[in-house]
Amino acid sequence: MKYYRSHVLVCVDPECLKKGAHEVMDAFQDELVAQGLIDEVQVLETSRIGGCDHGPELMVYPEGVHYSNLTPDDMPYLVEEHFLKGRPAQKFITEEKVFTDEELSAPTAKEIRVVLRNCGKIDPENIEDYIAEDGYQALGKVLTENTPEQVIDTVLNSGLKGRGGAGFPAGKKWQFCRASKETPKYVICNADEGDPGAFMNRRVLEGDPHSVIEGMIIAAYAIGSSQGYIYCRAEYPIAVKTLRIAINQARSMGLLGKNILGTGFDFDLEVRMGAGAFVCGEETALMASIEGNRGEPRPRPPFPAVKGLFAKPSNINNVETYANIPQIILRGAEWYSSMGTEKSKGTKTFALAGDVKHTGLIEIPFGLTLREIVFDVGGGIKDDKKFKAVQTGGPMGGCLPESYLDLPVDYEAITKAGSIMGSGGLVIMDEDTCMVDIARFFMDFTQDESCGKCTPCRVGTRRILEILERICAGKGQPEDIETLEYLSAQIRDDSLCGLGQGSPNPVVTTLKHFRDEYEAHIFEKRCPAKVCKALIRYEIVDGVCTGCTVCARNCPVGAISGERRQTHMIDPDVCVRCGICKQVCNFNAIVIN
Amino acid sequence: MAGNGKDGNVVVAAVKVAVDRYGASQDELIPILNEVNREIGYLPGEALDEISRLLRVPKSHLFSVASFYRMLSTKPHGKHVIQFCESAPCHVSGGREVWLALKEHLNIDDDQTTPDGKWTLLTTSCLGVCGVGPVMVIDDDIYGNVEPSQIPTILEKYH
Repeated sequence: MKYYRSHVLVCVDPECLKKGAHEVMDAFQDELVAQGLIDEVQVLETSRIGGCDHGPELMVYPEGVHYSNLTPDDMPYLVEEHFLKGRPAQKFITEEKVFTDEELSAPTAKEIRVVLRNCGKIDPENIEDYIAEDGYQALGKVLTENTPEQVIDTVLNSGLKGRGGAGFPAGKKWQFCRASKETPKYVICNADEGDPGAFMNRRVLEGDPHSVIEGMIIAAYAIGSSQGYIYCRAEYPIAVKTLRIAINQARSMGLLGKNILGTGFDFDLEVRMGAGAFVCGEETALMASIEGNRGEPRPRPPFPAVKGLFAKPSNINNVETYANIPQIILRGAEWYSSMGTEKSKGTKTFALAGDVKHTGLIEIPFGLTLREIVFDVGGGIKDDKKFKAVQTGGPMGGCLPESYLDLPVDYEAITKAGSIMGSGGLVIMDEDTCMVDIARFFMDFTQDESCGKCTPCRVGTRRILEILERICAGKGQPEDIETLEYLSAQIRDDSLCGLGQGSPNPVVTTLKHFRDEYEAHIFEKRCPAKVCKALIRYEIVDGVCTGCTVCARNCPVGAISGERRQTHMIDPDVCVRCGICKQVCNFNAIVIN
Repeated sequence: MAGNGKDGNVVVAAVKVAVDRYGASQDELIPILNEVNREIGYLPGEALDEISRLLRVPKSHLFSVASFYRMLSTKPHGKHVIQFCESAPCHVSGGREVWLALKEHLNIDDDQTTPDGKWTLLTTSCLGVCGVGPVMVIDDDIYGNVEPSQIPTILEKYH
């Protein structure tokens, strides 16, 4: 296969053609020949690279430089500057378009985009866009130049760990599966990104589906598989649709199916949609679900690499793991392992959510501290309130307080701090968050999502939830904290899968770091963050209230009384603490006590 | 979308379409159930009978699968289904007030249908649009940055 150092896309939309796009392209190619660069630069015709208002225009990758208002006479200068001297020809560069993307803004100084590099930049429904970004080059390289063992070695040497949460080295997993003798073997992509607040995988599937598909084909070649499945949660209908389009396009170009790229290697892919069960993100439950069963986990060993889907050897990685693979193959294991910390290599995507100024996706090298993530990348806490805690690792993760802000984020450090990396959700909470309520909230989630197979998880999470609800309702009992600790230890030790074992984590970590809040609820019947409804009262401040009657008119239960232009009153026995009055008051006259 | 007493023929036809599309095999069960659930609005007993017959899978297994997954329902839903995201990012950005306002406004609880059959209120797990929480979905329409006071206006749009 031929490698080009640059790809140049020339817009040939009618408008640009009218302004002489073909003439520019011809002059450009002539000049490449003249300067001896024609073998290093690939020129492609494309459409829609800009608005065509300033055509003819062209785009140079990998730099992503956009030149416009070009004439054939400009070509000698452009080719010499950019392609010979290697510096962008400033005079033809147009201002970069400002993207207004709520989920994924332009990378901040501390970010490195590997997995998210194409998201928002290419058209996910057009395979040619991906190919223009070096797409499927890694596949071509491994199929023509590497043995499966060499591919596995590259992945091993890169230090890539499974991005689904547990952080098991991806190369090792592939090695185990390759070593299994039984056939057929399956390659599975876990796209059941269920952790609340984590939507990195959704964005990759919707924005750059081919990177995942290419990673899977390479994995299939490495382990010796000819059939793959992508299991995507049903909550992501757009991701499913995008994936199906991408698979069909890859198939029609001979990148999936029989005899891929003419090398005799066969592999095909199918998308399976879930039906709404969080536990199906657990690998054995996921495979049970593909087989048409209840998504219940089973004990390991045997591990999927030995006995997985349909009791055959299977390699299962998550979306982000596969999306890293093409880049690792193309740019080398050393490049990848040069990023990150001693034991956690490369970059990781995170979804920032909650009370942080810039919510959305980020991708950073391992080793940045939580403080850098929250304050430098995330822009700090909304409304300049005080940071209280960050919840890492989703519902089975833990809440880390301010004292952990200087923790460098990698698999080892987060685990040592008592939380987990998980898939990469980071929920940031400000001073107005009640940690008991948060623990109750996560417990409500896990007890609901417990598949019911193991008693400690099924019953234990329910009991913990009841206790937490009681505490939040102002009916906490002195022995509750001790009972919570006892139950948490039992559930952790006696459940089968990660969901059960991790489910007490929010309780354990909040008890460890915010014990005083539990005590305030139980012994003083007080919610310090003023969140728990049974422990707070809405009151109207005399002198601030103007008697405008807005609160009384909006109260859904008629708890507010008072004459026009007189201070109003809230009847605490009728009030349901919905907070609407506080929200609609224009004078900040309503306070919580 | 259908209420009680869905015409048996319609159900059998919907099952046939789904089974023809995916093939009569147990590992296609979840795609089949998903499709029938989407067509009919839920999975009536007749649908499970018919799937059981075509796939040669015991009805007990079908029921165990259908009752396991949140998106499959064995009971009828209202004309419009509201799914409220109950995940942490929505919760900490004011979701609980919206949830209370929804329940208050419709006078029903989670997983219930209004007596007139117009609304069913469900919670959903994270929809991954956490950047604009709190989030709710009515039928196929997603609403982000919802505030409690907007509830009546949003619901008014549906007839």
